Amino acid sequence: MIAFWILAPVMVVAALGMVLARKAVHCALLLAVVMISLAVLYAVQDAPFLFAVQIIVYTGAILMLFLFVLMLVGVDASDSVVETIRGQRLASVLLGLGFGVLLVLGVAQVSVGTVVGLSEANAGGNIEGIAAVLFSTYFLAFEVTAALLITAALGAMVLAHRERLTPKATQADLAAQRMRDYAEHGKHLGPLPPPGVYARHNAVDTPALLPDGSPAPTSLSRVLTARGSTLSPPGSATQVERIGGSDEDVAPRDDAPEGGAGR
Amino acid sequence: MGPTLESFGQDPVWVVILKAVLVFVVLVLLTLFNIWWERRVVARMQHRIGPNRNGPFGLLQSLADGVKLALKEDIIPKAADKVVFVLAPVIVVVPAFVTFSVIPFGPEVRIPFTDVVTPLQLTDMPVAVIFVMAIASIGIYGIVLGGWSSGSTYSLLGGLRSSAQMISYEVAMGLALITVFLQAGTMSTSEIVNAQAGLWYFVPLLPSFIIYVISMVGEVNRAPFDLPEAEGELVGGFHTEYSSLKFALFFLAEYINMATVSAIATTLFLGGWRAPFGIAQVWEGANEGYWPVLWFFGKMLAFIFFFIWLRGSLPRLRYDQFMDFGWKVLIPISLVWIVGVAGMRIVRNEYAGQLDQTWLFVAAGVFAAVLVVLLLLPERRQPEPEPERAEFDAFAGGYPVPPMPGQELPARVPTGATTHDGGND
Repeated sequence: MIAFWILAPVMVVAALGMVLARKAVHCALLLAVVMISLAVLYAVQDAPFLFAVQIIVYTGAILMLFLFVLMLVGVDASDSVVETIRGQRLASVLLGLGFGVLLVLGVAQVSVGTVVGLSEANAGGNIEGIAAVLFSTYFLAFEVTAALLITAALGAMVLAHRERLTPKATQADLAAQRMRDYAEHGKHLGPLPPPGVYARHNAVDTPALLPDGSPAPTSLSRVLTARGSTLSPPGSATQVERIGGSDEDVAPRDDAPEGGAGR
Repeated sequence: MGPTLESFGQDPVWVVILKAVLVFVVLVLLTLFNIWWERRVVARMQHRIGPNRNGPFGLLQSLADGVKLALKEDIIPKAADKVVFVLAPVIVVVPAFVTFSVIPFGPEVRIPFTDVVTPLQLTDMPVAVIFVMAIASIGIYGIVLGGWSSGSTYSLLGGLRSSAQMISYEVAMGLALITVFLQAGTMSTSEIVNAQAGLWYFVPLLPSFIIYVISMVGEVNRAPFDLPEAEGELVGGFHTEYSSLKFALFFLAEYINMATVSAIATTLFLGGWRAPFGIAQVWEGANEGYWPVLWFFGKMLAFIFFFIWLRGSLPRLRYDQFMDFGWKVLIPISLVWIVGVAGMRIVRNEYAGQLDQTWLFVAAGVFAAVLVVLLLLPERRQPEPEPERAEFDAFAGGYPVPPMPGQELPARVPTGATTHDGGND
């Protein structure tokens, strides 16, 4: 009972947070809190097997959820608060409240007496008891569930499978391809030039300089260039000067946003 | 006979607290020792000396390093998600300690100066080994969340790699454990140790033992499976952005996890706290009192030495090969082996007394081990097709090339012999 009164508020708060949190990753984390608290409640009620399985299954599942969030929605995914359907928010709040009232009323009608039979069910050991029930009374349901899961797994594999139409390019093929590119289009053979190295920087956002002093475009990641978060040679030159002593007119970074979130 | 499940849950509160504190202290000290030991052993393998200044044999080096680490500046990156960033190391380290609560260090002993008799194990439950798996899977959260919340690409990639790796290898690990459950007929650690009174399980369950040992290295992110923190690619992996005490917690958890998987391997396959073969035969008291603690730590440290040895001698695997190995080799072998063990279990239950099943198990184990070794052998390469003996073209594809195997350079002609028109050479 003590465990219940400690865990119940935690679970309710975590569940509410899961619905209300802006970032998808926080939601997944709060879901894990709810599931683990539930597992502890199982343990308190003399169901150790259910406790362990609950944690293994649900933490694994939530971790997958977490990875899917990262892969599909993006690292910094947060909810958009723009309503796409007019009146959706109001309708969902009303429906949710209605469902909640229904649930509370329904549960309140049930009178629960003292639970009996736990010691009988656990007589031969908790795991043995579950096994006996699972593989006799609920055997069909168990097998059907297993078949369903296998079908789902196979379906996922079929959907994700891609037939290879051409043989996989080996290292030798790739090298030959590079040579052909060089012969035909004059594309540079070797690795891309590394970022520039100055007195202060060898960071990836510092371009290498060509002999004429202009930055070598291939020495920077295309992503950084597209974002505009690269350091131009004059900028870094002034920074070097500042280190050298003349700390007058320091040119800001190309991309320095207002408020200066620079390095 | 050692303690059974009924022996637990009867300790007075002060004994429980004492045991919990002891487990904590032992794990922290063990971590300090393991760091020193690893540095010394790896140094010896590389013809260096290793830390030998602070304290006897340099034993206090890790303590000094720990103090230094704790006093360093604690940096939280601007891009970090602060709450999760602080929470992640805690989520990693707590499960690491909790899992040790079900590890049996020894049989029932009398606490000195009192009349209390208690098993040398904090607690036990009917699902102790599954409990360890469950708690370990919570620990993965810390790593993934730490990687995500740092707001750095290296950390994120490290965290994702680590989650994929640990989930994959946890499957193989769990499958390896199932055969132990089948053999022992229980999932409680103390009773599994009891069941190994005759024969340690690494003999009849050799394939499971091998698979467990491989997957435990993958599970704790140690070399050669330390891809989540591959220095050359990811700087430090999921803990790139961590510093000071938070980093120390990750470090602590890594070493405790190493001790945990070693302790589980000892408990499930090497007879737990039982004296090594031969000692108990000549000395009756080897399995009584506090002596088993010695055997237990001896076996566990042997595993940790194995970890260090691996780190000192093997290069890191490539990520796709590593995942292929887990999913396409370890898991199928485990599944087949489980079916085999279950089949033998049925034979043993149905035809009890008619067959000497120990030898059956040994034979099957040897067979499966041979199978494992055969699968691990590299495929024999198809002989390369003979290169076609084409005429040597010095400008094949439009650029100068050396001759291919089997081709010969055209005979060198003295320059003066051919050119009479005074080419500049």
